[in-house]
Amino acid sequence: MSAAPIDLPRWADTALVPLVSVAAALVIAGLVVLGIGESPLEATALLLRGALGSAEGISFTLYYTTNFIFTGLAVAVAFHAGLFNIGGEGQATIAGIFAALACLWLAPLPGVLLVPLAVLAAAGGGALYGLIPGWLQATRGSHVVITTIMFNFLAATLTVYLLVEVIGKPGSMQPETAEFASHAILTPMHRLLAPLGVKLPATPLNSAFLLALAALVAVWALIFRSRLGYAIRTVGANPGAAAYAGISPARITMVAMAISGALAGGLAVNEVMGVQHRLLLDFTAGYGFVGIAVALMGRGHPVGVALAALLFGVLYQGGAELSFDKPAITRDMVVVIGGVIILFAGALDGLFRRVVASLLRIGRGD
Amino acid sequence: MTAQSAPAIELSGISKRFGPVQANRDVSLSVAAGSIHGIVGENGAGKSTLMSILYGFYEADSGEVAIGGRPRRIRSPADAIAAGIGMVHQHFMLVETLSVVENVVLGAEGGAWLSGGVSRARAELARLAQDYGLAIDPDAIVGELSVGFQQRVEILKALYRGAQILILDEPTAVLTPPEADQLFSLLRALRDQGKTVILITHKLREIMEVTDRVSVMRRGEMVAHLATSETSPPELAEAMVGRRVLLQVEKAPRPRGAKVLEAIGLDLVDARGVALLSGVNLTLHAGEIVGIAGVAGNGQSELIEVLAGLSHPSRGVVRLGGQILSSADRNPACLRKLGVMHIPEDRHRTGLVTAFPAAENSILGYQDDPALGPGPFLSPSTIAARARETFAAYDVRPPDPELKTAKFSGGNQQKIVLAREIERAPKVLLVGQPTRGVDIGAIEFIHRRLIALRDAGVAILLVSVELEEVMALSDRILAMCGGRITGERMAEAADERDLGLLMAGVTEEAA
Amino acid sequence: MDWVATFAVILDSAIRLSVPLLCAALAGLWSERAGVVDIGLEGKMLIAAFASAVIAAQSGSAWAGLIAGMLASIALSLVHGFAAITWRGNQIVSGVAINMLAAGLTVILGNAWYGQGGRTPTLEGAARFGEVTLPFATTLRSHIPVLGLIYDEVVSGQSAPAYLAVLALVVTAVVLKRTRFGLRLRAVGENPAAVDTAGISVAGLRYGAVIICGALCGLGGTYLAVSQSAGFLPHMTAGKGFIALAAVIFANWRPWQALWACLLFGALDAIAIRLQGVALPGIGQVPVQAIQALPYLMTVILLAGFIGKSTPPKASGLPYVKER
Repeated sequence: MSAAPIDLPRWADTALVPLVSVAAALVIAGLVVLGIGESPLEATALLLRGALGSAEGISFTLYYTTNFIFTGLAVAVAFHAGLFNIGGEGQATIAGIFAALACLWLAPLPGVLLVPLAVLAAAGGGALYGLIPGWLQATRGSHVVITTIMFNFLAATLTVYLLVEVIGKPGSMQPETAEFASHAILTPMHRLLAPLGVKLPATPLNSAFLLALAALVAVWALIFRSRLGYAIRTVGANPGAAAYAGISPARITMVAMAISGALAGGLAVNEVMGVQHRLLLDFTAGYGFVGIAVALMGRGHPVGVALAALLFGVLYQGGAELSFDKPAITRDMVVVIGGVIILFAGALDGLFRRVVASLLRIGRGD
Repeated sequence: MTAQSAPAIELSGISKRFGPVQANRDVSLSVAAGSIHGIVGENGAGKSTLMSILYGFYEADSGEVAIGGRPRRIRSPADAIAAGIGMVHQHFMLVETLSVVENVVLGAEGGAWLSGGVSRARAELARLAQDYGLAIDPDAIVGELSVGFQQRVEILKALYRGAQILILDEPTAVLTPPEADQLFSLLRALRDQGKTVILITHKLREIMEVTDRVSVMRRGEMVAHLATSETSPPELAEAMVGRRVLLQVEKAPRPRGAKVLEAIGLDLVDARGVALLSGVNLTLHAGEIVGIAGVAGNGQSELIEVLAGLSHPSRGVVRLGGQILSSADRNPACLRKLGVMHIPEDRHRTGLVTAFPAAENSILGYQDDPALGPGPFLSPSTIAARARETFAAYDVRPPDPELKTAKFSGGNQQKIVLAREIERAPKVLLVGQPTRGVDIGAIEFIHRRLIALRDAGVAILLVSVELEEVMALSDRILAMCGGRITGERMAEAADERDLGLLMAGVTEEAA
Repeated sequence: MDWVATFAVILDSAIRLSVPLLCAALAGLWSERAGVVDIGLEGKMLIAAFASAVIAAQSGSAWAGLIAGMLASIALSLVHGFAAITWRGNQIVSGVAINMLAAGLTVILGNAWYGQGGRTPTLEGAARFGEVTLPFATTLRSHIPVLGLIYDEVVSGQSAPAYLAVLALVVTAVVLKRTRFGLRLRAVGENPAAVDTAGISVAGLRYGAVIICGALCGLGGTYLAVSQSAGFLPHMTAGKGFIALAAVIFANWRPWQALWACLLFGALDAIAIRLQGVALPGIGQVPVQAIQALPYLMTVILLAGFIGKSTPPKASGLPYVKER
């Protein structure tokens, strides 16, 4: 049992602890693979080859990475304000509805106007759906965690209703909207890079990836370089000190939840506007929850989030290829790994800090 | 010694270390059975740690404990209870949603079903009520009782468990003077029934009033064991601090300047409708230190919070430089811009974000200052450069703005707060407990700085639970009791006894 | 009479839908009254559903399935306890992890073992809990109007786990209110320091509560897979763990109120199923989703204090650290 907090050098705290916990999570995943009668080493080789062994594989990997960057950043921003936003799924769902409505209703506009407007609509929808739980916590004292859980289900039910009864494609049995016009979608990466002489295979990777990279930089500047970020971190670390400093914790709770929701909306931009080109059920596919793992592993820092998102991108794409060769190892393996990483890098952080501290002691020879 | 019974408690060579802090160093203590034994020392002297060890809350790194002459290993509160030790913690260990009798039986239920134990406890409570005048409704919900009654429940808990030795940790910190007197007569009654009482406090008056013997702790060590009848407050004070304490602050008389801040008829009512401030009037002049004397919890903290814009008075106005502050101005950010700065009484809970590097704490409250960066951004290099300068000027050690604030000592943390608030030329400085948990060297430094500010024409409001500090620094002293100002004295005309009466709510008219 | 029959059918269906909610809600109540927040009820029910279906299929015994379900769920509870109690980790984070673990593991293992996209073999005969007919059901039905019918349709004819759930409710209420363990548990969720200084182990109490929580989630999960359905389906809990969480909040952390909250949510579900595609006179067709959304919406509104007030145990969610 650890009574005193464990003091680690900063590099160990920010890099070594997450690395060790991720390594331990992968070992557990290996044991599961072994348990269902497959070879973990062979599986790893197949996975890495599938994710990084070809231009196509890498493109797919980066497409998944895009989703994880957005959802990871969403969770990370809320973390900095001391909030746990489990509502990424719901916020992305609402963002998807907003984006789809923009793409369908504003179709007469030219693409240069329509696409940015639809992206803004997605961000706005996500922000609004994050803002409400934030507002409820700030003014009514209901806890963001429970509210966002409930909001995830509400968003899912709302989408079913809309797609079945209101905006579904007429005459279709599938609960989905009509396909967006060809100028209302994000440019696929292979077409974007073709004029530059880069030839890529056609994959779902699209310009939302660039947006995700921009979001990484923007979040870094926001959290670590801006006055608002200072206020957010102060509220997260010590709400009493924030009030003393003239920062309203209630206002920051709302602002941070709105920013978090807007970032989660990036998932809808990538999936709805970049890949599916229509709104369909469950397009969020659990990315919002994996975002929690990404944020925890990345220690809330955009650089860490980028690396963690890339890891999950590799796992997702490699996992898809792997399940092709080894049907027993389905994509659900990644969910397990995500769960174990959340457990290790999040809830059992204390244990892993202890482990790393003793490793360092052994390393120093005392 | 042989004729007498064995001491109730005999501690020898107790040491305890928390990380880098040596909380107890080779402490020995002998407490005679059937006596009231005081333990005094400054905050952080190691009194509470020692008692927590005796109660099994912590295990000592080394040393021995004997209870009633028999060596004992006390490794958990359960061991302590079995050894006949009961403890009344400074922060009550009560479950507020449960009834009095449920709190009393918790841990001593006497069977898997509650009904038997509860009826036994009722009978026992009735008996204790008779023996000691400790009447209480066994079915009252503890959270709805007054603080004094809650303390009574704590004592009843210990007695119900058959405690022969009762430890009370700063029991009067939350009590009014009449409640404290009641407590003392209860302690005497317990002693007369043969129980042993240990009273931990930092108030010398209490030691003199109620104890038989007293032990003094300083910086984790036991420095004196004395019979109360043979000692005096100055001797105890000297032992506590290690030298003559009567705080001598060099302070030249200075004519006070113009009225700067004026509060008229401030009322503050909390969410439950309890009045925290009633009709407080207060004037601060330039170049004057006004001290507030009062027992903790009598509205001093709330007064500072209202003046700093952290809470809104239910009634009353505040004038700053003759202008009535609008409700829009009464928030910390606007008040800072108007020159009202604030050194909060609890630097950990409000004054600092200990997880931040020191440089980031040097701008807390000033994060919107345009000089700190372009537009919506902050410039880390500007902030660090400024912090380095002020740290040098205030002798903050180590002078490293990148170091995490939690790693500075209490005195240096307080200097970071002090530097931040007084570097920006305040007109009014609100100061709460400026030297709480601060080492002697830093205390002197902080006192000198406050005097220098006063000499430079700043209006200072000082709140401190240390009456000596208030008396040494102030030009004018207001006493507070129950959220009211009960009297005013010029510092040179004030004496401790007189202020004590005012702090106890005995106002001029009544006296 | 026809009216009563319809009512009895809906009530029966509401009860069947409430049983897993009641199990999980009681589970959450035990955990949270002891101060351990558990949003992993869903995951624990899921793993229990899977484990019970697998063992029931392999052994041919529904009771063996129940034991397996409980053990699997308790195992996850202990993971949560280890993180939340021993290592004082964030309880929400741990709960999320457990939900993901269960969602992933059940599908992978089910797929690897049976190759039916995660489904387990169909349970038949003794491998599935059948309906238990209580004494006099038929007699009472034919002799006492209305109440006899309800006795036969609703009270009788439920499966063994459903009756166990009711027993669990009564035991929970009695233990919490009238026993030493219950008193200590209520105390530890409000002020663990008070329990510690009274010489009682905080961790011991909390582990006890967490294990009971696991067992009850196990009962609920088993009911889903081995009684309500004839086998495990991927993600078959479908948010029931979260509705149960809502029910706990609705019940203000009290056992009997939890029963009513679960019955209410079960009834809403039953009505939603019943109303699918039915036009009500004067109202028209009510979107099923609106009714399905009600439990979530009501919880949000309740939490925001617009109706009533919910006060969780004071120390819930907070790891216990001794103060210096």
